[in-house]
Amino acid sequence: MNTTIEAKHRIQREESAGYDHKIIDYIHRASATGLYEIRGLGAKRKVPHFDDLVFLGASMSRYPLEGYREKCVTRTVLGTRYAKKPVELAIPITIAGMSFGSLSANVKEALGRAASDTGTSTTTGDGGMTPEERQSSKTLVYQCLPSRYGFNPDDVRKADAIEMVIGQGAKPGGGGMLLGQKINPRVASMRVLPEGVDQRSACRHPDWTGPDDLAIKIKELREITDWEIPIYVKIGATRTFHDVKLAVHSGADVIVLDGMQGGTAATQSVFIEHVGIPTLGALRQAVDALEDLNMKDEVQLIVSGGIRTGADVAKALAMGADAVSIGQGMLVALGCNSDTYIQNGAHHSAAEGYEKIGTAAGFCHHCHTGLCPVGVTTQDRELEQRLDPEVGARRARNYLRTLNMELTTIARACGKQNVHHLEREDLVALSVEAAAMARVPLAGTDWTPGANGDL
Amino acid sequence: MEGVVNVAPEAKNRLTFDLAAQPLRELNRFLHHDLAGTGVTHVDVINPDGTHNIAVGVDAPVRIDVDGHAGYYCAGMNKLAQVNVNGNVGPGVAEGMVSGTVHVKGFASVSAGAAAHGGLLVIEKDASLRCGISMKGIDIVVGGSVGDFSAFMAQAGRLVICGDAGDALGDSLYEAVIYVRGKVASFGADAHEEPMSDADFAAVEELLARARIKHDPKQFRRVASKRELYHWNADADQEY
Ligand code: SF4
Repeated sequence: MNTTIEAKHRIQREESAGYDHKIIDYIHRASATGLYEIRGLGAKRKVPHFDDLVFLGASMSRYPLEGYREKCVTRTVLGTRYAKKPVELAIPITIAGMSFGSLSANVKEALGRAASDTGTSTTTGDGGMTPEERQSSKTLVYQCLPSRYGFNPDDVRKADAIEMVIGQGAKPGGGGMLLGQKINPRVASMRVLPEGVDQRSACRHPDWTGPDDLAIKIKELREITDWEIPIYVKIGATRTFHDVKLAVHSGADVIVLDGMQGGTAATQSVFIEHVGIPTLGALRQAVDALEDLNMKDEVQLIVSGGIRTGADVAKALAMGADAVSIGQGMLVALGCNSDTYIQNGAHHSAAEGYEKIGTAAGFCHHCHTGLCPVGVTTQDRELEQRLDPEVGARRARNYLRTLNMELTTIARACGKQNVHHLEREDLVALSVEAAAMARVPLAGTDWTPGANGDL
Repeated sequence: MEGVVNVAPEAKNRLTFDLAAQPLRELNRFLHHDLAGTGVTHVDVINPDGTHNIAVGVDAPVRIDVDGHAGYYCAGMNKLAQVNVNGNVGPGVAEGMVSGTVHVKGFASVSAGAAAHGGLLVIEKDASLRCGISMKGIDIVVGGSVGDFSAFMAQAGRLVICGDAGDALGDSLYEAVIYVRGKVASFGADAHEEPMSDADFAAVEELLARARIKHDPKQFRRVASKRELYHWNADADQEY
């Protein structure tokens, strides 16, 4: 009889698929507050990703390269189309645009130093260029965002490249957001905003609409910078095939494609989870668009949104990207979601800090609060001390180096003397979805869903 | 010296660029690099014929007279220069300007003075949609009327409108102030009319004088932010 009781018991507690705990919590929260949820970082849902691809290493038909003895080039040049001075990097892994305001000045400095030490670039964000990051970054990409906070001609002239930001993978079609607690006096004055306001950035540029205008806007930036530096165009992944073509027509030197797993400092969570497409599918569309226009080597492609490991970098390059860009991974390298922070050479528990904002290490997405327990995304005087720029720079550098070593490990295994020689033919997929999105065969088969009209 | 032509012998400090004969690049390169040291203080641009990006990114106290119509982004990101346009201008005139003066004799298309940090922009006739959008400290004086969504998200600076304003004037205003003489079709979210103080009358008087436009400051009304959207508010439904 016991089993009947147990069965009854289970039936009494059957969870609904449509109204599971997540949805019930969501409705309760919505009905209690009357306001959508705002949070940081990127999509949490599972989507087809680079994890669903594997490499076909060299074997009988191709030679691998020796791990340490044989050279594997990682040099990367971006902006060869029009710029007199293209961006030259030692590695194809760049640091994504993150704003001063969402990040502390210490973090900006740490990232700049790490980038300079590893021969790569870092990027400003929605809030302008700080002297700290200009000084610490050998190669600095200056973003031109719809808000134009802190966007001025002096810094344009100091930039090594300009990135016209149309959208961001976490929120294609949305503007920035920075809650009042992060608008401290310095952030406020750089943005010309009253201190402490809950700031919503514009989602459209103030002085151009559409690709025809953008072409003229890009020419303006070129005229201002005397055609010396590359102009990147950053798009959030949606109708990527067409958007990439339009960006090329507008005169971009480099396309930066940000997939839906890309992070943000603060946005409505409905936006993060439900707008935009995964990096994997978008990347394939972007490469198709460039190949269609015969622009594959003239316009470079940087991909971002969920690049975490050296394997991710290698897969992105094999799919056709020229470089990747990392935001969230860099923050994690600096200590985001770590149990501890490092101060005066010792680890200190950050548990209390996480508790204060109602979360725990490993689950935190609370960048919007400005109360980052490890001092990364904060403007609070005390909290920002938890990230020593020296320590941060070292950790970020280590992370970049690890990724680069993993990248060359894979490239050598595939028999490539240059990481840019990795190709789609080196990849197969582990799931039908990933095979369809990346348009590579399902592993162990010669079936590529959608190829040759196959449905 | 590359790019330098037509130096009129009678005016060593004055130089003419003919955009019908010379590419725009020559003009802008001269203004950015070769101007210093030439003693040139006055540049004439003739036959502009709607060319985009005339005199963008100038960073010198030079006078530039454009004789005719200019296209997009005329005098964009200007610093120090005094740019006069004897005609109409396209979108984004003086966008991102930091200092100096841009004076347009005719009409301006959309987004005049967009996101500009400082300096003075004068448009003698009408300005189209989004005049002063995201302005960050610039002063703008429009002799005629402005289109819809003017001063959208304007953060700082002053916009003087001698004629009428279209719909949604000052939507999502921050600390910028608008002075308007004519009718306002409608105010945008968070914008409202406020009483003029003595300081406001003085400001209008000073700006009109600098713009060389004659009106009685007493005829202007002040529009500023209600500051109700400055903070998240569960009851302000969907205004965010
Ligand atoms: S630990 Fe800091 S950076 Fe990481 S998610 Fe939390 S608040 Fe954001």
